[in-house]
Amino acid sequence: MTLEAKDLHFNYNGQPVLRGLNLSLEHGEITGILGVNGAGKSTLLRCLNRILRPQKGVVMVEDRDLSKLGGEQIARLIGYVAQSQEREPLSVFDAVLLGRKPHIKWQATSHDLEVVTRVLTQMGLEPLALRPVSSLSGGEAQKVVIARALAQEPHLLLLDEPTSNLDLRNQLEVMELLMQAVRDQGLGAAVCLHDINLALRYLDRIVLMKQGQVHALITPEELTADIIRQVYGVEAILAEVEGHRVVIPRSASPRKPARPATQYAT
Amino acid sequence: MKHHHATLPAPVAESLGGDLVSRYGAGLRRRYLILAALAVLTVLMALQAIAVGAYDLSPYKVLLILLGQGEGAQSVVVFNIRLPRIVAAIVTGWGLGISGLLTQSLLRNPLASPFTLGMSHGAAFGAAFAIVFMGAGAVSTSALYSAGSGDFMFSSLYAVTLMAFAGAMAATVVIVLLARMRQMSASAVILAGVAMSSLFMSGTILIQYFATEVEIATVVFWTFGDVARSNWREILVLAVATLLVSAYFLRHRWDLNALLAGEETAQALGVHVTRLRLLGMFLASLLVALATAFHGIIAFLGLLAPHISRRLVGGDHRLLVPCSGLVGSALLLAADTVGRLVVGSGSLPVGVLTSFMGAPLFLYLLLKGKRL
Repeated sequence: MTLEAKDLHFNYNGQPVLRGLNLSLEHGEITGILGVNGAGKSTLLRCLNRILRPQKGVVMVEDRDLSKLGGEQIARLIGYVAQSQEREPLSVFDAVLLGRKPHIKWQATSHDLEVVTRVLTQMGLEPLALRPVSSLSGGEAQKVVIARALAQEPHLLLLDEPTSNLDLRNQLEVMELLMQAVRDQGLGAAVCLHDINLALRYLDRIVLMKQGQVHALITPEELTADIIRQVYGVEAILAEVEGHRVVIPRSASPRKPARPATQYAT
Repeated sequence: MKHHHATLPAPVAESLGGDLVSRYGAGLRRRYLILAALAVLTVLMALQAIAVGAYDLSPYKVLLILLGQGEGAQSVVVFNIRLPRIVAAIVTGWGLGISGLLTQSLLRNPLASPFTLGMSHGAAFGAAFAIVFMGAGAVSTSALYSAGSGDFMFSSLYAVTLMAFAGAMAATVVIVLLARMRQMSASAVILAGVAMSSLFMSGTILIQYFATEVEIATVVFWTFGDVARSNWREILVLAVATLLVSAYFLRHRWDLNALLAGEETAQALGVHVTRLRLLGMFLASLLVALATAFHGIIAFLGLLAPHISRRLVGGDHRLLVPCSGLVGSALLLAADTVGRLVVGSGSLPVGVLTSFMGAPLFLYLLLKGKRL
């Protein structure tokens, strides 16, 4: 087990966001964290690497209590990809070199440069390495951010909606690169996602969050229409197309019935 | 835990990698060369600046005099009149360049600088307050100053410096709180700086009603910066502070780089963002306070230097920290020398020239509206 979180509590402005959440992540597996907006997915990720300090609970990574570690020690264990990304005024190489920051004492060593080169090659970014980050497309920039997290040589990756601003092709590419990195290097990984179909296709396990707690912990095969209704309040059909399970939402049933389509046509 | 990285056959990856690392290294070396060239240029400019003036010398002659090979009158001109002013310009320019870079990087705001955030005006107000209400500006024979006639004599250099620091810090605290408390846009923070600048300026004018004529003259001196009245004691104080602050941020250049990728990312890379920001703004205020207490408000220099540096060496703080200092030095030295030559009496304050350079850049940045 690479990460174990027990009884996490986090309040934001007096509002409970996490209420006694438990979670464990395994080496070589990607765990998806799904749930409605405001369920506490991003908060959970930030509590796991102590960008936010949970008011109660313990997070252990590789059997070490994070609350007893400094920022750089945590950064050597956990790579984090934030949801909102900045385009830093650096070259791709320098942007990924930042991932070596927790390891750099005074100057980047030749080992640091080697790691960066290896990660750039792994992510297919090598031809872009000397270009400014500001000149990249959205998909390329997202790969840079993931490459930076990998350059930390972490034991665990936490990613907050890494595909939310990407087109279809880039979504698949990023997920496949991630999957490969996690499998090849035996990392643990947790990914916040909104796209259930992407989750079904690529993830090993799925945590469905509801009101700051784990509502269900399942494998993609175990997802049912019932669970989707309970978590999202949406009626859905689960189908199988060419060996892939897919979710087809029908309507947001427990609230209002959908309006007739003619009202949208103008 | 074992890490495998077997996405490409090892020889292929190595040949690609080796090539990339050497190309990357070449690019980095080129930027360090630009930095070195700038340093050489600044030294040459300084020699030339010592040479020109009412009493003309050749740069070669200047070099000889500096090495102790000069005659009486020439040595006096160089060591007592020109050198203090030129060293003051270099040190003050470096300090303002660094503090400008710090405000921009730490607040992630390209429009930020000691001048546009109201820190300079705060410092000037503090200095004026000390002179008028704390008797720090009284003309007295027991003055700390001993150099030539134009000097204002302070019974207490410390009171002025301390109050200047308090003034600069007051502006800084407001800015840091505003930038922190709410998700304010870069330009909104600058607007707050403008408001504070006018507040401090009005305060400085108000103070003048309670002042004697000599005190007023002293206070007015602060409103347009000038390095003409410099003495070695002040230069030393500012140089030590500037050196320490520069060394600290050279040590933390990776933290500043990490901040470029966003606050959350920086935190996840192990940067203590709040501590870095608060300490950095505190140290920037210290440099601004010292520079302003000794030389008055030098407008826009802290805005100009980092932006010119980014054009020269890019956004990497490994180069940006020394480059912003150097560009600040070169700019202030150039402005002072031009001011000295254009007006024969040597009385065009550098603040006037830096304003002429800085205000258009500020407008351009405002129009471009980009976040750092």
